[in-house]
Amino acid sequence: MRLGLTPEQQQFGTVAAELMAKPDADHWAALAELGATAVLVPESHGGLGGDETDLLAVLEEAGRAALADPLVEASVAARLLAGLGGEPADEWLPKLASGEALVVFADGPYIPHGERADLILVERDGAICTAKAGQAQPSTDPARALTTAVEHVPVAEGEQARALLAEARDRGAALTAVYLLGVARRMIDMSVTYTKERTQFGRPIGSFQAVKHHLADALVAVDFARPPAYRAAYSLARSAPTASRDCSMAKAMASEAALLTARKALQVHGAIGYTLEYDLHRWMRRAWTLAAAWGDATHHQRRVAAALLDTEGEPARLP
Amino acid sequence: MDLTYTPEEEAFRAEVRAWLEANVPAEPLPSLDTPEGFAAHQEWERKLYEARLSVVTWPKEYGGRGASLAEWLIFEEEYYRAGAPARVGQNGIFLLAPSLFEFGTEEQRKRFLPPMASGEHVWAQGWSEPEAGSDLAAVRSRAVRTDGGWLLSGQKTWSSRAAYAHWLFGLFRTDPDSVRHHGLTYFLVPLDAEGVTVRGIKQLDGEPGFAEVFFDEVFVPDDQVLGGVGKGWQVAMSTTGSERGLTLRSPGRFMAAADRLVALARETEGLGEAERLEVARAWMNADAYRLYTFQTLTRVQDGQSIGPESSINKIFWSEMDLHLHQTALRLLGARGELTGQAPDAVAGGRWLDGFLFALSGPIYGGTNEIQRNIIAERVLGMPREPRPVTKEAK
Repeated sequence: MRLGLTPEQQQFGTVAAELMAKPDADHWAALAELGATAVLVPESHGGLGGDETDLLAVLEEAGRAALADPLVEASVAARLLAGLGGEPADEWLPKLASGEALVVFADGPYIPHGERADLILVERDGAICTAKAGQAQPSTDPARALTTAVEHVPVAEGEQARALLAEARDRGAALTAVYLLGVARRMIDMSVTYTKERTQFGRPIGSFQAVKHHLADALVAVDFARPPAYRAAYSLARSAPTASRDCSMAKAMASEAALLTARKALQVHGAIGYTLEYDLHRWMRRAWTLAAAWGDATHHQRRVAAALLDTEGEPARLP
Repeated sequence: MDLTYTPEEEAFRAEVRAWLEANVPAEPLPSLDTPEGFAAHQEWERKLYEARLSVVTWPKEYGGRGASLAEWLIFEEEYYRAGAPARVGQNGIFLLAPSLFEFGTEEQRKRFLPPMASGEHVWAQGWSEPEAGSDLAAVRSRAVRTDGGWLLSGQKTWSSRAAYAHWLFGLFRTDPDSVRHHGLTYFLVPLDAEGVTVRGIKQLDGEPGFAEVFFDEVFVPDDQVLGGVGKGWQVAMSTTGSERGLTLRSPGRFMAAADRLVALARETEGLGEAERLEVARAWMNADAYRLYTFQTLTRVQDGQSIGPESSINKIFWSEMDLHLHQTALRLLGARGELTGQAPDAVAGGRWLDGFLFALSGPIYGGTNEIQRNIIAERVLGMPREPRPVTKEAK
């Protein structure tokens, strides 16, 4: 029994964090060079042949850094292309792994980083389709760079497509959950730093219990959302029978933790947190939008409820 | 990551499951806070002990079987899955024993651990006093030096299990000039000693689950001091850490309750969407608690120590337990308020009993407000609140 990262996985995250901390650098190119875009690409197609657990540390660090690049969407696309096989996999996977081309899969009507993407994969009427970026759809989080998708061309249909799409959605939810934990943890750190420095009534506001308890509650939520996110990655990597439910649980808990933390962080910052002059808004926007992306907490709670209640026998667990 | 059990662990699970299937009483035992229930639970502890299952992680010489923490978690899962009785010896096993292992003399371990493991000696805790609750360092009960030992005087309260227990562990002030956490000593006191008066206090469920204990010059010999005179705070903190941390509230009990809640929801007619979501949340919380425990286990295996993070744990399980039982009562509707005596009671009124018990979780073992202070100050590093002026500060 071991629920934790290997030293190599931790190191991967540490190096990625250093790259993402550099201001005004091309973070996406640096991550591709490090191999982050190649993790879920099979070795046969120029990738690293890793699994979702290898991405955990990098994704959490990406959230901490509020990385404005589609690491989740590209990773989901990599597995979808590998599942499709044939020509699209041969053509796009090596380029996706090396960073030469960007392929994204998105769930829903709007495509993050659609303009940048060389290939967009979406679902339409049960089919896996390629699509082109349509109109820009400005989001409350500009870093999302949303567009619509147009000119859909089906590339796979039927049972195989349905299974691949279901898995893609589970993977997107689970990987986003991990990213959200990094977003939330960073907001807690910012709040701790700010409330140590901000003085009112002659003492740092962080010494007041009312302020402390907000951040303690946020930390409890984030720390308990992390092991389910790790387990979801493991379940995906092992194709566990509970994988889909595990991914929903991870996303439900991470979405709630991130939204709670965004709310608490804004409250303890007070007016400065409500401005564009202070950076908290970048993480709050990421929390709001990603808590909803790939299904919000309620959507995933419904899925877990169906898995538990519309079935028979003792609910299966992993482990 | 490796979320699998070893063949040895699986074999241990099979052994425990088989034993429990053959031995768990078919009918629930009476409440352990009644005289007959207390005796029945003691008898059950004896049976567990004889099967070497009462304290699996302890070394063999004291009545255990030297099991690993992972095996202990398996034992707990199986124990609660089987619907086995509440552990009457829990205070001693989970709160005192870790301190005895860490601070006790070999003579003390040999004397106190085996009868604790067998259920022969049930221990009560003596932390709180009328003027010392969340502020535990305000302890006033004192011990005065006498020939060969100490004379204890004062009052403890909210002492869990004290109404029927045989022994009490607690803090007494041995240095009359000391303040706060200095000058305290950890004593092991027999509750049948001369000068001890116990008055049971009925809890919300109507039974005396805790008691007030009065001490009037109670003689305690030197060999019943644990960890040295004046070292009480250090010893007690190791114990309260256990209470909040890994060992007191195992995931097994919450997993079993969450699975029972799922079963209740499946048989509830006309279950609404809102209730379905709450059931899902309750089940996920229990599952998350289990995964969090595996993460803690991994850290312990890697040689890391668990410090103030145990406060994070305490808040989560206590709020999860309450939410789970509130959800169950919500599903039961009009039958939720029925006690086990009511002809229409569901499952012997256990959801109501569980709800009443869960209400105490955010209070005992250090209130959740105290835990939030600990998380903020010692995990997040936020500034300490200015402390009230004491004699120390003069």
